[in-house]
Amino acid sequence: MKILVPVKRVPDPATTIRVLPDGSGIATDNVKWVINPFCEIAIEEALRIKEKQTGEVVLVSVGQTNWQEQLRTGLAMGADRAILVKTDAPLDSLAIAGILAKIAGDEKPDLIILGKQAIDDDANQIGQMLAEMLGWPQATFASKIEIGADKTTVVREVDGGLETIAFKLPAVITTDLRLNEPRYASLPGIMKARKKEMKEIAADSLGLDLAPKLKVKTMAAPPKRQAGRKVASVQELVAVLHTEAKVI
Amino acid sequence: MGDVLVFAEHQGGHFPKTTLVAIHAGLELAKKRGGNAIAVVAGDAPEGAAGEIAKYGVSKVIALAHPALKNYLADAHAQALAALAKKTGAEFLLATATAMGKDLFPRLAARLGAPMASEITAISDDHTFVRPTYAGNVMATVELDGPIKVLTVRGTAYDAAKPGDALAPVEKQDAEIDTASLKMEFVSFNATKNDRPQLTEARIIVSGGRGLKSGENFKTVLEPLVDEMGAAMGASRAAVDAGFVPNDLQVGQTGKVVAPELYIAVGISGAIQHLAGMKDSKVICAINKDEEAPIFAVADYGLVADLFKAVPEMAEEVKKLKHS
Repeated sequence: MKILVPVKRVPDPATTIRVLPDGSGIATDNVKWVINPFCEIAIEEALRIKEKQTGEVVLVSVGQTNWQEQLRTGLAMGADRAILVKTDAPLDSLAIAGILAKIAGDEKPDLIILGKQAIDDDANQIGQMLAEMLGWPQATFASKIEIGADKTTVVREVDGGLETIAFKLPAVITTDLRLNEPRYASLPGIMKARKKEMKEIAADSLGLDLAPKLKVKTMAAPPKRQAGRKVASVQELVAVLHTEAKVI
Repeated sequence: MGDVLVFAEHQGGHFPKTTLVAIHAGLELAKKRGGNAIAVVAGDAPEGAAGEIAKYGVSKVIALAHPALKNYLADAHAQALAALAKKTGAEFLLATATAMGKDLFPRLAARLGAPMASEITAISDDHTFVRPTYAGNVMATVELDGPIKVLTVRGTAYDAAKPGDALAPVEKQDAEIDTASLKMEFVSFNATKNDRPQLTEARIIVSGGRGLKSGENFKTVLEPLVDEMGAAMGASRAAVDAGFVPNDLQVGQTGKVVAPELYIAVGISGAIQHLAGMKDSKVICAINKDEEAPIFAVADYGLVADLFKAVPEMAEEVKKLKHS
């Protein structure tokens, strides 16, 4: 089975994010860049499926040259090769999904697994858009994937419980937190990754309309919530909630 | 032009608060744009539910019917709504960012080739919207360009629309779906057993974190306080990951976003991912034994205490208060 895993480079989730004074973006000095945590879960799941059934895991990113760092980490985890679609332009979700659909058309994977959202723009769009562009089934927010001979079954984390859906491959699956616990890259894995194929394609060469229909105009810090005060006892807490905050 | 189609998600004919939030946002957007807000209720027999949403101030309700819309599946719903959007010439498609809204609307946007802004919290003008990014640490103002624009609204960004006396007309339409192209199959829904209020509907939420130490302690220590307060129960990601409670109780960046009148965080340290899901609550109260815990930086009232002593005591105090 051939599995394509789109991967995004994001600031480490533990980083404190600061907006630049002119609102043009976030301050990137002292930011540690990592694979988006949901993408890491996607890589892990792809590797587990491959380990069970043999096949190939191909990573793909749409970004700048330095995104190679995260692709290399994914290769060190065990993926077979990587594709970087290079662009310096800010792209919107439609353009990125369009690029991924084009790559999927060339690579012809049986399955695409990706994170449900990136923890920077928190948009939660790419997997669903990609599934529609390819005319494939989608299973977002997956917490369990079972690939059967005929049908694939996915358990999804939805409001109020767990939903199970089924379909035939090819399909797009997006990962939720509880799908698996991603492995760390081993030292031999890191050594091997250096020799694995990393193909670069210029986004402009794909013949797609990449002009963004969504543009980020400005960024601002949200209004800061003021810390309140400490109370000395449970009795005082219940009393202030009742008489001062008037919420109970 | 200028009309707003609001996808009115329902649960077996019942409209949760989150749907009424989308209606409210849709009414505001339509007013700004000088168009009409039209509610769309999809299902195999949606007429009954459509009649119910007709009293919330919209200009019209479309009952979009098709056997393939019986259970929610992204491919059939995206086809039906995209065809309807084209037919009506609506400029905006809007839903609340529930699990269903998040699953469906990007697919719908791609089908229409339309830009989409996820989880907006404010409407600046008819093509500019504000949405939280980086776990709520950055508010981004985004501009959408195109004849059709697709939006989801955060469930805490607006109050629920209020019912009035006027009833909007309900128009039944058969959905246009190419059933031969459908590839997804609904198998089952396993509902979390929960007799308490929904997290997204509750006036008070009591949430537990890793400090509770076990699922058993959620039951014996936290739940008596939750029930004494008539609250909904929530949890931090750490508590869900540890298997203490089911996943749909998770509050945070990648779980549920809530803004109740009172949010009580028990044994939750307050990672930014958790704060992203609850910092818009009207009053926040935190109980934690670590006085350096970041949760205290956003709490209106903080109590540094051992939760295993404080929580049962609090349940007692609340009970006394109710009977006084």
